[in-house]
Amino acid sequence: MSRDIKVISAGPSVTVQDQGRAGFLAFGLSRGGAVDRLALAEGAALLGQSDQFAALEMGGMGGEFEATVETRIALTGAPMRASIDGANLVWNASHLLPKGARLCIGAATTGSYGYLHFGGGLQGQTILGAQSAHLAAGIGQTLQAGDTLPLGPDPHVLTGQKIDTDARFDGGTVRIVPSLQTEFFAPAEISRFEATTFTRDTRGNRMGVRILPDGCGFKTSAGLSVLSEIIVSGDVQVTGDGTPFVLLSECQTTGGYPRIGSVLPMDLPRVAQARAGATLRFQFVTLAEAVAAERREAGRRKGLRGSVHPMIRNPHDIGDLLSYQLISGATAGDDLERDPP
Amino acid sequence: MLDAQDTPWPILKTAGFDGFLVSFADALSEPANRAALAFRDAVTQANLAGVQETSTSLVSTYVRFDPLAVDHDAMRAALQALVATQDWFRAALPQGRKLWRVPTVFDPAYAPQLDEAAQAAGLSRAEAIASISRARVRVQTIGFAPGMPYLGELPEVWDIPRQTALTAQTPAGGLCVAIRQLVLFPVATPTGWRHIGQTAFRLFRPETDAPFVLRAGDEVMFTQTTPEAFANMQTDPDGGAVSEPAT
Repeated sequence: MSRDIKVISAGPSVTVQDQGRAGFLAFGLSRGGAVDRLALAEGAALLGQSDQFAALEMGGMGGEFEATVETRIALTGAPMRASIDGANLVWNASHLLPKGARLCIGAATTGSYGYLHFGGGLQGQTILGAQSAHLAAGIGQTLQAGDTLPLGPDPHVLTGQKIDTDARFDGGTVRIVPSLQTEFFAPAEISRFEATTFTRDTRGNRMGVRILPDGCGFKTSAGLSVLSEIIVSGDVQVTGDGTPFVLLSECQTTGGYPRIGSVLPMDLPRVAQARAGATLRFQFVTLAEAVAAERREAGRRKGLRGSVHPMIRNPHDIGDLLSYQLISGATAGDDLERDPP
Repeated sequence: MLDAQDTPWPILKTAGFDGFLVSFADALSEPANRAALAFRDAVTQANLAGVQETSTSLVSTYVRFDPLAVDHDAMRAALQALVATQDWFRAALPQGRKLWRVPTVFDPAYAPQLDEAAQAAGLSRAEAIASISRARVRVQTIGFAPGMPYLGELPEVWDIPRQTALTAQTPAGGLCVAIRQLVLFPVATPTGWRHIGQTAFRLFRPETDAPFVLRAGDEVMFTQTTPEAFANMQTDPDGGAVSEPAT
């Protein structure tokens, strides 16, 4: 029988996301994809499958879901209140969703975007090589009650795993490299930018987030005369009134506002996940430092499956212990070694 | 005349963590736009190690690469070597470009700001239609929305500013003008450009094998058609547009 997820209800910003579509910049289409790519990697590690699989990205809150067959799930990104048939679920962990059971995912307790992954991954319509919704481009749409999401085959059975994660949900310091128009800002303005504490504004979405300085805005010599130029995600664009926006995965492909610098790809989830009111600071690093940091991070992500470990649960915390099929967690023991399909 | 010895252009800069931008000017000009298109073509042909994607903006070529595979110094050196191979301002445009003839209706019901734009350009309505529909403009860049072209350069009389206020919604297929350029919208959008004609040309077709119709460097003519003929073109994704190799 087909393996499907039924959407009983969905929050306003739940979309299918994967690594996005790279390579269409020349056609005016930004890459898109999950705003927190690390969360995709973590979900893939928990389920022992490819990080190219599509998952659900849940902005602010999740929804209610049912599976037509027993399905493995994993929860990563911004922690949200989650339960299966009323039993609370641990975040950053994998679980078994029994056939017909009700998975409820509520509001984020911290951060902005939670991710719901499925064993075998979502297998919906592929457009231009990806399943990602790109709302700004008119590709795909937000999830609606009544939607049915087909799943791919899942050769694995292991659940009850937990992953140690980088906390990145409450703002903090992110690294930034000089970029196209950094030199239009006087050195004193650059220093002030680094010394400033920014508050994530309520205005923000998958295209970008506005960040409010604790002092006055940032001035450039170029002002508004900058010719429209290529934009890449991570760029920190300073608008006419001196307020910066950090551009995220669904940003426009060109823009005429000067950019003071560009956030390292590995630090971008920290910006995307900061919720309104969280504070952010920026620290300039050289390109050489950025490459070294990204190289270390790429290595760490490759070994992410090594930071997955069985959940240790106190039986006293399990209200319905007797209803658990404790044996169903047994595996051939090589799940994590097997190559993803 | 632009000579490599007495101009600082092109300028090479890093763009973000994993990109380089080769800029040929700091303002839009025909030679700089041609140079950017030609240089992008050359980067593609050169098949440089580590390059993952290329694109052009109005006057620059963008190159995205993998800095973990090829470091910034090596990428910069490879691009500089390519820059030095010729005078890009005199380079030929890339091969394989198309000339599109796009039927456009200029009647008032479909072109609500044509009179206003004509007035700003100092032309009568008939002169404005003749000028726009005779112009052979090039796709200078694609951006803002998927498949959306910026086209130029129009005759000097069309050096008219954008409106100070935005039009709340211009329909998909709307042809708009400002600063000697035309834009054609793939989706309905608010804009500061004046709406002077309407086409049924679908620029972005995500559900098909050829989702993007126009490429930077293609040429376009907006040929005048009647509202009656236009009505019949609505069901054709090309909206009656035809293409031939640009020469």
